Formats: sequence, C-alpha cells, structure tokens
Amino acid sequence: MDRRYLGFQPTECECWRGSVKQRFIFSKYKHYYRAMSPSVPLQEMIRAIRSARTQCEERGVIQRECAAIRAQFRQTDNGGRSHNLAKLLYVHMLGYPAHFGQMECVRMIASPRYSEKRVGYLGAMMLLDEKQDASLLITNSIKNDLSHSNQYVQSLALCTLACMGSAEMCRDLAPEIDRLLRSSNSYIKKKAALCAVHIVRKVHELGELFVPSARSLLSEKNHGVLHGAVVLITELCERSPETLERFRKTVPDLVQIMKGLVISGYSPDHDVAGVSDPFLQVRILRLLRILGRNNEAASDAMNDLLAQVATNTDSTKTVGNAVLYETVLTVLDIKSESGLRVLAVNILGRFLLNNDRNIRYIAMTSLQKIVSTDHNAVQRHRGTIVDCLKDQDASVKRRALELSLALVSASNIRSMMKELLIFLSSCPPELRAQAASGIFNAAERYAPSKRWHIDTILHVLTTAGGDVRDETVPNLIQLITNTSELHCYTVHKLYRELLTDISQQPLVQVACWCIGEYGDLLLKGECQETEAVQVTEDDVLDALEIVLQSHMSTPTTRGFALTATMKLSTRITDNVDRIRSIVSIYGSCIDVELQQRAVEYNALFKKYDHMRAAVLERMPVIQKNSLGQTNGELSEEPIKESQPGKVKQEETALPQQPAGQVCDLLDLLGGSQEPLQPSPSVGGSASTQLTAAPTSAGGDLLDLLGGFEPTPLVPAPTVTVYEKNGVTLTLSCEQQSESGLTVTLTASNSTDSDLSSFTLQAAVPKSVQLQMRAPSRDSLPAHGGAKLTQLVVLNNPNKVNLKMRIRVSYTCQGSVVQDTVQVDSFPGL
Amino acid sequence: MIKAILIFNNHGKPRLSKFYEHYNEDTEQQIIRETFHLVSKRDENVCNFLEGGLLIGGLDYKLIYRHYATLYFVFCVDSSESELGILDLIQVFVETLDKCFENVCELDLIFHVDKVHHILAEMVMGGMVLETNMNEIITQVDAQNKMEKSEAGIAGAPARAVSAVKNMNLPEMPKNINIGDISIK
Repeated sequence: MDRRYLGFQPTECECWRGSVKQRFIFSKYKHYYRAMSPSVPLQEMIRAIRSARTQCEERGVIQRECAAIRAQFRQTDNGGRSHNLAKLLYVHMLGYPAHFGQMECVRMIASPRYSEKRVGYLGAMMLLDEKQDASLLITNSIKNDLSHSNQYVQSLALCTLACMGSAEMCRDLAPEIDRLLRSSNSYIKKKAALCAVHIVRKVHELGELFVPSARSLLSEKNHGVLHGAVVLITELCERSPETLERFRKTVPDLVQIMKGLVISGYSPDHDVAGVSDPFLQVRILRLLRILGRNNEAASDAMNDLLAQVATNTDSTKTVGNAVLYETVLTVLDIKSESGLRVLAVNILGRFLLNNDRNIRYIAMTSLQKIVSTDHNAVQRHRGTIVDCLKDQDASVKRRALELSLALVSASNIRSMMKELLIFLSSCPPELRAQAASGIFNAAERYAPSKRWHIDTILHVLTTAGGDVRDETVPNLIQLITNTSELHCYTVHKLYRELLTDISQQPLVQVACWCIGEYGDLLLKGECQETEAVQVTEDDVLDALEIVLQSHMSTPTTRGFALTATMKLSTRITDNVDRIRSIVSIYGSCIDVELQQRAVEYNALFKKYDHMRAAVLERMPVIQKNSLGQTNGELSEEPIKESQPGKVKQEETALPQQPAGQVCDLLDLLGGSQEPLQPSPSVGGSASTQLTAAPTSAGGDLLDLLGGFEPTPLVPAPTVTVYEKNGVTLTLSCEQQSESGLTVTLTASNSTDSDLSSFTLQAAVPKSVQLQMRAPSRDSLPAHGGAKLTQLVVLNNPNKVNLKMRIRVSYTCQGSVVQDTVQVDSFPGL
Repeated sequence: MIKAILIFNNHGKPRLSKFYEHYNEDTEQQIIRETFHLVSKRDENVCNFLEGGLLIGGLDYKLIYRHYATLYFVFCVDSSESELGILDLIQVFVETLDKCFENVCELDLIFHVDKVHHILAEMVMGGMVLETNMNEIITQVDAQNKMEKSEAGIAGAPARAVSAVKNMNLPEMPKNINIGDISIK
C-alpha cells in the first residue's frame, strides 16, 4: 500500500539522527484532488497513468500524452511549457522514449524565467549527454547563466555542467569555474568546487588551473566549502604526482582543521550524535591518507592526530565507527609507527565482534586490504573470521571466504581446510566456483602430504564438481602421475567414487583416466593405504561402459572413458575381445570425436596390433613450472590492496610450457600421416616421437599420447631487470641448444591503476637472431591482477657476448609512458 | 563517486532514477530491474551492502540500500565512497524529504517527482556528495521554490489571491466607516 508513511522503524539499522515514528496518513489524499499550481497538468497526467489497469492501457495513455506534448512543443509561445517538459520527464522515468524533448530543453534553458530554466536544466541532465548534438547548444546558455546575478540560476548551471558536461564544454567553461571558486558566496563556491572535480575528471590537464584556488579554499570556515575543497584536492592529488607533492605542504593545515573538529565543543550545526561533522572528518582523513602514503615526513606530522582521533572517537554509535574505520585505513596505509598500527588492527578486531552486520562487513573489507602486509596481526582474528563463514548473510560470507583463503598458511592448513570444506558443502551457488578454486590453490601451496592433497581435491570434486574450472582435471591428473607411490591408493579410491556417482563430470574424467592408466594396479587387488577390494576385469569394464552409455556424461567424458577402455586392453588379459567390440561399436557413433577415436583404436587392433603395447604404455611423469607464492611472505614491494588480485593471479597461472608449441590429439593421429606409416622400423621410433611431442595442458582433449619432454626442466633462475613506477619486469632464460636460447620476460603491475597497451620491444647485437613470440596479454590490471609473459627466442651462432635492450611502453591513466632498460648479463648463462 | 541513485517500490516500479553516468534508456530500465531483483531478495536483517549487478559495473561497485516501508532507496557507489557515510546520506535524504513534504509517503514522491529531483540536486552533484546538513539543504530548496512561485505570473494568481484573502485580517477592518457629516449644498 503506497499510502503508508515511510516509517523509520527503529529496529532497522542504527541511524545517526534518531528514529521517527511510523504513521498512517489518509487525509493527504484530498491534497491532490485540489487544484494546485503549477504542477496540476503533471499531476493529472500522473493520475491518468496510474488509473490505467493494464500495461497496454498505460502505453495508450502515454502515447496520447506524448502526442499532445509534441504538438505543444511545436507551438512557439506557450504559457505552460514547463508543465509539458515536466510531464515528458516523468514519462522518461517510466522508461518510454523521450528524445523529442531535447530541443525543448535547450529552448527552456535559454528562457529568462526561473521556473522554465529549472525544468529545462533538469531535462538536460536526464535527456542529454555528450553524444547528443543538442548538448553543444546549451554551452552558451550555461556560460551566460554562470554569470547571472541570481545565485540559484548560477547553481543550476553549475549542477548541469557537473552532471553531463562534455570535454569541450569543460574546456570552454573552466576559467569561469575558476572565477567562481574565488567568489564570496559560499553557496556558489561549494558547488563550483565539485564542478571543478568533474572538469578535472573529464580533462586531466585542466587540473593545473585549479590548484591555486583549491589551496586558498582550505582556509574557509564554511563546512560545505571545506568539504568541496577537500574533494577537489583529493581528485587533483590522485591525478598527478607533482600536484601531490605540492599539496603535501598542506598537511599541517589539514591536521589543524581536523583537530578543530575533534576537540572543539558541541557545535549544533554540524553535530551528529556527538561527532562533529563526520562527513568532513572522513573526507579529510582520506586526503591525509593519500598525502601520507610513502612519505615519512607527512606521516610523522599526522601520527599524533590519528592517535587522538582513534582514542577519542566514541565507538558506540555508527557515526563514530565510520570515522574510526577511516582512521584505521589511513593508519595502515601511511608510514605510521608500529604502536599506532597495532592500535588500528585492534580496532578492526573490535569491529569484527560488533553485533551490527554492517560493521562486520566493513571490518572484513579493510582486513582484506592489509592481510598481505600485516599478516600476523590479522591471523590473530582468524577464529572470528572463520566463524563468519557460517553467517547467514551472503555478503558477509563472501568477505569471510576471501579473507579465510588469504589467511591459509602452512601451519593452519589442516584446520582451515576442514572449515573451508564444510563451507563448500553448504555455500551459496554464486560463491562455489571461487571457493573451489581458492581451496585448490591453498592445497597446492601448503599441502602437508600428497595423500592429503589428493584427498582434498577429490573431496572438492565430489561436493562441487560442477563448479570447478576446466584446468582442474589436467592439474589433478598431473598431480596423480607425480605421486607414483600413491597410484594404487588413488585408483582404488577413484574406482569406488565412480561406482557411487557418475554425475560430477570432472571427477568422472579423472577416474576414467586413472582406471585406464593404472588399471593393472586396480586389478591386482592389494593396496597398502586402503583396504583392498576384489575387482574383476568385468567389473572395471562394466563401470567404464556405464559411463560411456550414461546420458549424464558429456562428450568429453565419453572420450576419456573410451580411451581408458582402450588402454585397458594392454593391462588386462581376459576380456580383450570385449574391449574390441566396445571400440568397434563406437566406430559408428554420431559424435565425430568419439567416432574418430573408435576408428583409430580399431586400426590399432587390426593393422597395427604390434604397436599397440608400445602406444598404450604408461605415460611419463609430467613436469610443470609452478608460479606459486606463499601468503605473508613477499619478496617484492608490498602490494597493499592486491590480495584478491594475487589470489586470482595464481588461479589463472597455467603450467608453463617450454617453447610453446601446441600439438593436439588430432594432429597426431588424425591429421598427420607419419605414425601410420606401415614400415615396422618406424613403429619403434614412433612411440618416442609421440611421447616427445609437447602438448598444451588445459585442453579438454587430454590425449593418451600427449607426452611432455622427457627431461625434467630445471626451474630457470629469474632476475629483475626493471622496476619503476610500480611496473616490474623479470627475465629468465634457458639454453635450448648450442646456440639457441629462450628468454622469458614477465611483467607485473603493482600500481593502483590499470595499464593498457602494454608492449615490450627488444633489440640485440647484430649477429644474434631474435624472434619475439606473441605476448600472453596486452594490458596489466592494477595491483598485480595478472602477469604478462612474452617469449623471446634467440639464436646466437657466433657466440657473441649477449646483450639485450628492452623497451617498455604502456598507457597509464591516459598518458603514454616509455622506458628503456639494458640487460648485460643473463642469469644461467 | 556515486554512479546512480534509484528509488523504487516493493514491486519494482521506479519512483526516482538519477544516473550520474550516461546509459541509454533501455540500459537504464534494465539496470533498474536488475537492481530491484538483487535488492528484493535480501532478508530484513542482513547488512545493507550488496555487490553490484553486472550491468552497472560488476564487482567494482557496491549497492548500498535502505528499505523504508514501501520504498527502496538504493545508491550505487564505487570504492572511493565511505559505505557507512552513504548509509547516513540516505538517512539525511529521507529526513529532508520528510521535512519538505510533511510526513512524506510514496504518493508524494509519485506526484512531485520534479521537486524530489531538485532536493536531490542540492545534496549530490555530479556523483559527489555536496551538502549533508539538512537545514542548509532545506533553506536553499525553500528559497528556490519561492523564486519559482514569485515568477508564476497569471497562472498563479488565483492561488495567490486566495492566500491573500486568507491572510487578510478581517476583524481589524473597521466595520463602520465614519465619513463624518457631509453637508451637501
């Protein structure tokens, strides 16, 4: 019932200004039926629209009204012009097209009457934007209105410029705004300050223009103007480091203003539940944070003040909590002394125990930001955070999950994993993928034993198999092949899982692969780690056949199962005929992939039976270069707000291949003719040829013949060659042959902003041949969200002293940065 | 920066929509619908912060909302705004509406959308918080309304005449007008 009063129920969140009772007002209705100027026509139309009972009726009413409005726009002089435009804006809010009102807005803005200007500007803000041509037409009107004698007309113009001013308009009108910043009217000054912020956002170069006026605004007494000035200075400092340097000198002034706010007595104008103008305090604290970051002198100047605010602010009200929260963030971001930092983390800990969910959510957000730098301090609150995983609120759960994943370390891995697995079984669906990949990462980095690792991954696959990423399957397979002592245990466990449930595709795929690969171990029936189950060949083949025939299996899974069945033909003794018949059935399968596999396996049975054993033998151990980094230990500069980014970066790191040649299953058996050449002498070398061909991991056609290079790779030493402005470039190289060398360049970005169009160019001495492969990406997200890798293949036949000059170029916040670095010594050479 | 301010009722009908970044009309309506779906699913006693929907900016932006009787007030903000501060701003906004409209209810917002826009323009400008002191906002809004009324011209005349008559202090006017003796020659 929309007659109800917007009751401020006191049981809703703690509000800053006290509570108001709920009341039901019926008499208000009469109000609207009396004629009231000047919005009567608007209200009549609204009434007509509301009385429409169906959507269709409403559309009809609106179409009629729009037609009338259009007709009236065409008439030149009309007393009720503002009403028509108001009606149009209402219609626009409901979602109907209103673009024909744009020219009318322009006309209304140019009118001398205030009521028409008001509606015209409102229409301009709603209907016009930079892409429309009509917006250019209002530039002149805005210019005139900015110098109007009436402050409200000026304010209309300022407001519209701040909302939808395009870059050209901003450039034209910036001097006007600067003049207004110096006017004596505080109402206009505060609006001009925010308008200046918008201008700086649109046209960065104009920031220079506003620096002197911004500086002088700091001495104002009016809180509204101060607030606008602080916002403007914040924006200017964030845009340009030189301006930041200049404004560092204002730190004492800001500290003074804050002291005034904190210590001064009760001031009725700005007081909110005992805290004086909390909005302004919060803004100033934010600005102090930016000014004090990475600067000893400025941080020292603020230490006392921050300590004072932290201890004096009343934390029983939400107001105080907002200021405290901002103080904590500032303390943790600048170079503050350790005592202050401890105080800050303790305040956050207190927040975590607060009953109000909002406060807990906020506390976890800020803990997330500092978990990389003050890891130990946050560890103390691990218990509370883990409890929050069980909270009913989805937002709190999400925050708790991210924090818990960040807090996992070698010492607490077992207990944390228990909690995380419990969480995974009951978590909301939108968090599952994140939880699963987080668990995998944690398990990979801190697994206390291989068996535990495999158990954990299997547990995740059974609980949330549908939500894991694609690369989980190859990763798990690789892990299993690496733990040769647990092959028996693994295959037994997977076989049991397969018998119970074949709906989780990743699990089924891994199980099929293992059964195919280690089927002989399964059939032997004895196992050290787990109790043995007598499995006959028929049982195994039954299980695989069930997977093959089930409607729940995806084509990929079927492919796995078919290949596994084929592999078993060399591992078992009695039922080879059964396998042959299964394989030949699928020779006429509708799915092309299965059909191709079946036909080729058939060929293996018939024409190339002598090769079958060699082709289907056990795969060699797969090696991979891992990019894992552990929590809490950072070798590079601390990345403060990048924890979520870092976790993601590890998730997306795929195992790196040397000299990335991609070769997949079809290439080997379907496309190329070499392995199927009928000469028997090829047969022996074919298997080594096949095992030597590298494949790309992460593809879903994990072929049985894809081997990796038999020689294990020694992890290449890396050296940092370039570190500037938050961009880091590391280099690692490997000798591939006598004269061949592969250099891997890795770039990462730890600044606060994204870098786009990131390119690397390299130059080497004349006799060296250089070939640059395509980079992995062309942009670097902020806070080390992802790394960029580029391979450079060098050929140095004359064995000259190898030097390389690398040019780095990228775009940061709209400006292009280029830098060159020379590398004289290569690691590992 | 505040990206958008939306007010809609319990059924998703928009009562006010102000975007501080440009989207075309269809996208605006989609955003309103999506926000309504996200916000209406929330329980009464969970926290007031939500990660934003996909259309309006995904995980970078938060929705900070408050539910009063039949209306949802939703502010879509990015990370540069203090969440608790925005919560209070919503409270200030509703209290200002309450003062301006006298015991505001949803019908007031429906029939006086333009006035609500003007009040909001005094509080938030270009996506940034302008003024948070309720008295200051109301003073400015009243002054502007007065200016508009004074310009109302002939169309406003009957209302002005009525109010003029109402304000006329009839008992003070002399009942008997004593002209005195007129001698007519």
